[in-house]
Amino acid sequence: MPLSAPVDRGSEPAVAVESIVKHFPGVVANDRISLDFNRGEIHVLLGENGAGKSTLIGILAGMQEPDSGTLRVDGRAVRIASPRESLNLGIGTVFQHVLLVRSLTVLENLMLGGPWWRRAERAAALARFREISETLGVEIDPDAELGRLSLGQQQQVEIIRALWHGGRVLILDEPTSMLTPAGVHELGQVMRRLRDQGVAIIFITHKLKEAYEFGDRISVLRLGRVVGEIPKERLAGMSEAEVTDEIIRLMFGPTATATGDAGALAHEGERRRRNAAVDRSVEPLFAVRDVSTAALPGETAVREVTFDVRPGEVFGIAGVDGNGQKALAEVLAGQRPVASGRITLGGEELNRLGVAARRRLGMRYITDERLGEGTVGTHSVATNLLVKEIGLPPFWWRGLTRWAQVREHARDKIATHDIRTPSEQTPIARLSGGNIQKVLLAREASSEARVVIFNKPTYGLDLHNTRLARERILKSAASGIATVVISTELDELTELCDRIGVMSQGRLRGIVDNAEGAEMRLGLLMTGADAA
Amino acid sequence: MTIDAEGELTVGTEPDRRRPAWRDALAATLRVLLPVLLALLAGALIILALGKDPLTYYAYVVRRGLLSPTGLEATVTRMAPLLLIAAGLIVAFRAGIWNLGVDGQFLLAAVVVAALAPELIVFLPRWLTVLLCFAAGALVGAVWSLIPAFLKARHGVNEIITTLMMSFLGISLANVLIKIPFNDPTTTVPQTATLPVEDRLPRLFDTTVHSGVLLALVAVILVHLMMTRTAFGLKLQVVGANPRAALHAGLNITGLTFATFALSAGLTGLGGAVEILGVWGTVRADWNPAYGLLVIPLVFLARFHGVAVIGFVLFFAVLMIGGESAARRLDVPHFFVLVLVALLLVFLALVEYLDHRRRKSRID
Repeated sequence: MPLSAPVDRGSEPAVAVESIVKHFPGVVANDRISLDFNRGEIHVLLGENGAGKSTLIGILAGMQEPDSGTLRVDGRAVRIASPRESLNLGIGTVFQHVLLVRSLTVLENLMLGGPWWRRAERAAALARFREISETLGVEIDPDAELGRLSLGQQQQVEIIRALWHGGRVLILDEPTSMLTPAGVHELGQVMRRLRDQGVAIIFITHKLKEAYEFGDRISVLRLGRVVGEIPKERLAGMSEAEVTDEIIRLMFGPTATATGDAGALAHEGERRRRNAAVDRSVEPLFAVRDVSTAALPGETAVREVTFDVRPGEVFGIAGVDGNGQKALAEVLAGQRPVASGRITLGGEELNRLGVAARRRLGMRYITDERLGEGTVGTHSVATNLLVKEIGLPPFWWRGLTRWAQVREHARDKIATHDIRTPSEQTPIARLSGGNIQKVLLAREASSEARVVIFNKPTYGLDLHNTRLARERILKSAASGIATVVISTELDELTELCDRIGVMSQGRLRGIVDNAEGAEMRLGLLMTGADAA
Repeated sequence: MTIDAEGELTVGTEPDRRRPAWRDALAATLRVLLPVLLALLAGALIILALGKDPLTYYAYVVRRGLLSPTGLEATVTRMAPLLLIAAGLIVAFRAGIWNLGVDGQFLLAAVVVAALAPELIVFLPRWLTVLLCFAAGALVGAVWSLIPAFLKARHGVNEIITTLMMSFLGISLANVLIKIPFNDPTTTVPQTATLPVEDRLPRLFDTTVHSGVLLALVAVILVHLMMTRTAFGLKLQVVGANPRAALHAGLNITGLTFATFALSAGLTGLGGAVEILGVWGTVRADWNPAYGLLVIPLVFLARFHGVAVIGFVLFFAVLMIGGESAARRLDVPHFFVLVLVALLLVFLALVEYLDHRRRKSRID
């Protein structure tokens, strides 16, 4: 089976939407959107969170139907009422959130969705798996249990699945947010190969650089409308700076200057933390000595990791996803036992303390799985803001919940942290990713914090929220908190950190001062060269 | 899994156009009453098919179960064990633990209490006997849930399977206990010694209703308050809704799991104790009311709400008591009540499904 279905090279776009309108209570998510997605083109969709991209994708993927408007596939008007119909039309979608069965193996996940009366044929599936993973250039054990893979690997499986049934259209909803620079580059090559085979690719990103690098055509959405398009012919003749300028104008309106969000966008990756006044002579507040953990099957264990963080210092941990960063964060937070080594906070050993005890000592952990473990989706924003304090005064009195105070506290946090939610009683799963992250940041930020661990703090956030989250990290560090930032984005680490360690296969390969040329040394460490 | 439609929307500061609150209240009431009405309607068709008059049947059930003084007393008395089981189920279900072994826990507790009470009453005052028997019933129920609790907490073994299996074992063990160690040699059928009527739970006023009913009502309401108003209840709910978030938040999941099982099975065991001390005074080897499997649908129908469940238990008790009379008088099989419960479940699922669709279409 070829990767893409035999293509009828007619002049009609592979998929077109015409005057799509989609309302949600109180919001027009899509307001008369018309776009053509052509074969053999990488069509970039840009826009802030809430611009309507995900809604549009949801409509194409059959997750929801538009209020009005027409969908066309090869010029023929169609109705896409379910994800299955979308797949049958050759539209494969990779969503931001992983939608795979954690308890099944990679291959089993891919074999799902076949006709129920037919036996799943392992040999054929395995061949298909090898074919696609080769095209993608990824190496995944087809028999590994999915839940044991890192988020990045899980996403690669998602991409394989989207291509599984061939495909007219491949939709990628922010696929690069979890990838390393090398991974992004690889993805770009994969996309080009697929494009050359005639697949129409819809590529959603927040990163301008990627839009310019990979896009054949760029459309910008704002507040549910298409506010501008750079067609193929024009895009080919423009420089990156010209494209950047134009897109910023489209995204933020003509008045946007090179400040605020637009500034962050334009100078992405060019900023470096002006080495804050961290007093290097001070004793480290947080020390990790030769810490190892046991690994679950298919998982990378932490092996003899050693580093320390001074008050007010930001220590970064770089590395390709799945090299033990998650396990490290969990062992530091107390969610998984220390097999050997020693963790101390202000001289006090933490090894035997659980999450709650460490929290009382001032340890905070902001997880990268905001809905998976960071929050209880069905419970209110108010409850989630206090989920780590249940039973403690002043919100509980002798075990009784003082709901009035809990809500008051939530309203206060909602106001000070600019959390966009209909009310403090809204189930938190209804909020956007950026707002859920604000809830987590609000929950962990308190005067008693001494060590804060951020795991991929800006993963999946739009520019505005990314900027807010980074500002918060720097602000909290400035108040004397020892900060650890785990990220797969080097730009982020060089912007935030004083020193950066590189993790690979569970080990900390080396620690680099964040100064001129740090990127190169980090890159060397990431690729396996021993140094420092 | 579905993508949350609102996932990416940023909600503006303008107040969203909410529909009036009374409409939500109406929808909630309908969601509860509709399955009941539909089940009664479908039941009526079945009675018609049996060649009986459904109106006569229902009227008779209501008259005997609710409107006649003796019927009402029997109904209220029947509510006691049902409510205690419901309380136990609410604790477990809200904590995300599916304790389906309530029948074994109930029967085993009942048998132990039935054996214990006639022995204790000889040398202890009634109030102390009753208290000790309550404690024993709760303890037996809790102990019978220890193995599923351990397996769940330590090894993640699905508690639906283990509690069901323990339930079968419990029922068999109860049988063995009645026939061998606790057997009363003075009777011809295998049964435990009988607690004299005057030593059973005190009656309320001049009725046949025993005071265990009050205990059951208080238990249900306390459980409801515990789940909604206390730190402990909130912790249980967090563990139930997202165990990984509970781990992340530093909750003692193992301890909470054990506590949930113990509370749930303990309340169920208390139900067994109340039924023996209040009504029967003994357990016969062929006695197994299997209330648990009947209460589970009611708890779902009440959406784990402690106050709402009281209404459903009342409704169901009326059906049971009235249905038993009607079986004798109108020759409608007494298990027709079970048919009604089954219909209730079917329509509950159906209404739930339609409501889900309706909400989804409103959000979209």
